[in-house]
Formats: sequence, structure tokens, C-alpha cells
Amino acid sequence: MSLWWWLLLACALGFAIKFSGYLLPQRMMDNPRMSRVAATLTIGLLASLTMVNAFSGGQALTLDARVVALGAAAVALWLRAPFLVVVIVGAVAAALTRLTGWG
Amino acid sequence: MSGGGNWLEVPALRYSQMMSSTVPSSPAPGTSWRKSPAVRVGLSISIATGLYAISFGALSVTAGLTFWQTMILSLFMFSGGSQFAFIGVIGGGGTGVAAMSAATLLGIRNGVYGMQMNALVRPKGWRKVVAAQVTIDESAATASGQLENSEQRRGFWTAGLGVFTLWNLFTAVGALAGDALGDPQQWGLDGAAVAAFLGLLWPRLQAKQPASIAVVCALVTVLTIPFLPSGVPILVAAAVAGAIGWFKHDAVPAGMAPDIEPYEEPYSEHDLDHYAKDHTVHGQNDPGNDR
Repeated sequence: MSLWWWLLLACALGFAIKFSGYLLPQRMMDNPRMSRVAATLTIGLLASLTMVNAFSGGQALTLDARVVALGAAAVALWLRAPFLVVVIVGAVAAALTRLTGWG
Repeated sequence: MSGGGNWLEVPALRYSQMMSSTVPSSPAPGTSWRKSPAVRVGLSISIATGLYAISFGALSVTAGLTFWQTMILSLFMFSGGSQFAFIGVIGGGGTGVAAMSAATLLGIRNGVYGMQMNALVRPKGWRKVVAAQVTIDESAATASGQLENSEQRRGFWTAGLGVFTLWNLFTAVGALAGDALGDPQQWGLDGAAVAAFLGLLWPRLQAKQPASIAVVCALVTVLTIPFLPSGVPILVAAAVAGAIGWFKHDAVPAGMAPDIEPYEEPYSEHDLDHYAKDHTVHGQNDPGNDR
């Protein structure tokens, strides 16, 4: 099977997963336990995605310019900067760090 | 919101009525899309995330995919993590089936977002298909970061459709001009992604319990990255977070409440003081919540 077929299958599965969430009965989400799980899941996934984007180099932990971006973004958030400023601060921090030759 | 058919106007009207009488200094965010804080957040996220697609497009063609394979991923898979996983496996010499598995595992969380967004946005008919396709990290987080239902819907659609448009535009730009741009990391675009995810997480960390869940899940992720295929640590962290939610028996703590129907259950038109007080605490004095 060529790469095209796996690619199209992956796209179809991706949409099917998304769509399945919309087909479940609404009653399931009125359950307080389900809303707790959904809430903790969101926090856990966002925390996890932050870490993966900052420290993962494939299947290894890496320390590079992204950790500087993470720190700079945290400072910007601490200073209550708007979201877009936070994102730009992250990009600039990573780019400047690489200009110094590290990461 | 029992009907949910007219998702543009019904909640906006209710909210603006309440706000105009209780918090006069507020810009009445429920009254128009133009003044809506959720739309601002959604547009910011669209631009930030969209620009990041330059690096996806460039990395994808570098990994050996064709221009159209790259575009099909952005148009139809449309989930940043899954797309990067797919081209990451191919670029690393992996097989098509391995690339598909990694992308699909990473896409499972979109099913969870789908359940959440179905409860918040309640799309009908063909809108359900569109909503499903634009259900991603950014649209789900933008929606659930808002307190009012009308704002949640605006946030979802703005971020979802905005990211979709710009993500595909900049995927094409990246795929065509990627080599000319050089290394996208030189522009710090991977740092921008880190900052974006932290920025989405940050407003949820106001209370103690959400913060500890985030710390636990962050640790689980970092500790499992070296031992599991890429993408799977995120699912392990999700399982841990889900288990914490499942076995906790106390009420949904502050900081988590915005996720599901903050509008319908806890407040009613007869409880304006409660609503205004709570809204002031979370929405007015806390720029982190509405950015």
C-alpha cells in the first residue's frame, strides 16, 4: 500500500474520531462525573502538550531553545501579557537563543 | 439553551440583558462579535497557530511528502499534533502504517473535545460536520476558556474556522517556500508553539487543584517520553487526568467550572447577583481568563 492510502486512511480516522464526539447522546455530558472528567482531561492534555512541545525530541527528552521559550512565555503570562504577545515572546526567545548558538 | 437552534442570538441576548443591568462598566461582550473577548482570543490563536503551519508545510516536504500530500493532511486531518506526528514518523524513516497509528493516537483527544464542544456549541445538521472538522486543541480551549455560553460558541467558531483557514494558507506557503525560508526553527516557530500551549493552560491554573493536576500530568509526560512512542505520553497523561476526575468526589472546583454549561445550571435569571458576582471574580479582575 502506498503512502497515499495510509495518509487518506489517517485523515478519515481523524475525522471519524472528531465526529464520534458529536454523536454521543447529550445526556452523557450532563452527568457531573463526566463534566469533572472532561475538565481534568482538558487541563491534563494542555499540560502534557506544553511539555511535549517543549521537551520532546521524538522519543527522547531534549533541552534546547524551546525551554527558553517556555520560561519567557511563563514570565509574559505572569506579567499578564495578551495571548498573542505571549506567543511572539516565545518565538523571539527561541530565535534569539539560537542566534547565540545554543539549542 | 435547551433549543440551541439559533446559536447566534439567543444566548447573546440573555447575557447582554444581564450584563447591562449589573456591570455597567463592562463592554457588554455578549452583544456583538466585534466586541467579543472570545473572538479576540480566537483571532489571536488563529494567527499564532496559522503562522506555525509554515513550519509544518516546510517540514512536511522536507520529510519527503509531496505538496498535495502535505495539503491533504492540513485540509482533512487538520490537527496539528497528528500532522506533525505523521510527517515525523515518515521523516524518521517509519512506515505508512506507523505514521497513521501515531497520528490516530494523537487524534483521540479530539473525540473528547468533540463531546465537550457538542455540549457547549450544540451544532445542528451540516454544522455538526463542520464543527467536528474544526474541533482541535485551539478551538476547544478557546471555547472552554470562556464563561458565558454565547462567548464559548463565538470562541469555538472563530478559533476553529480561523485556524483552519490560516493553517491551510500557511501550510501551502510553507510547503512552497519552505526551503527558501531555511530552517523554521531559526524563526523560533517551535518556541511559539510552546508559548501558545502554555498560554492556553495558564488561565486554568488559578485554583490549587487544577494546578496540581497540571503538574502531575506534566511530570507523567516528561517521565514517559523516553519510554513510549511519540504521541503516547500525551495519552498516558490524559488517562491520569481522566482518572483523577473520575475518582474525585467533591464538586467541580473553581477554575474547572467553565468547561461544561456554566450558563444553564448554576445560574438563572432570578439569580443575577450570584451571576454578576461570580462573573466579576473570574472575568473582570482576572485578565488571564479573557485575555
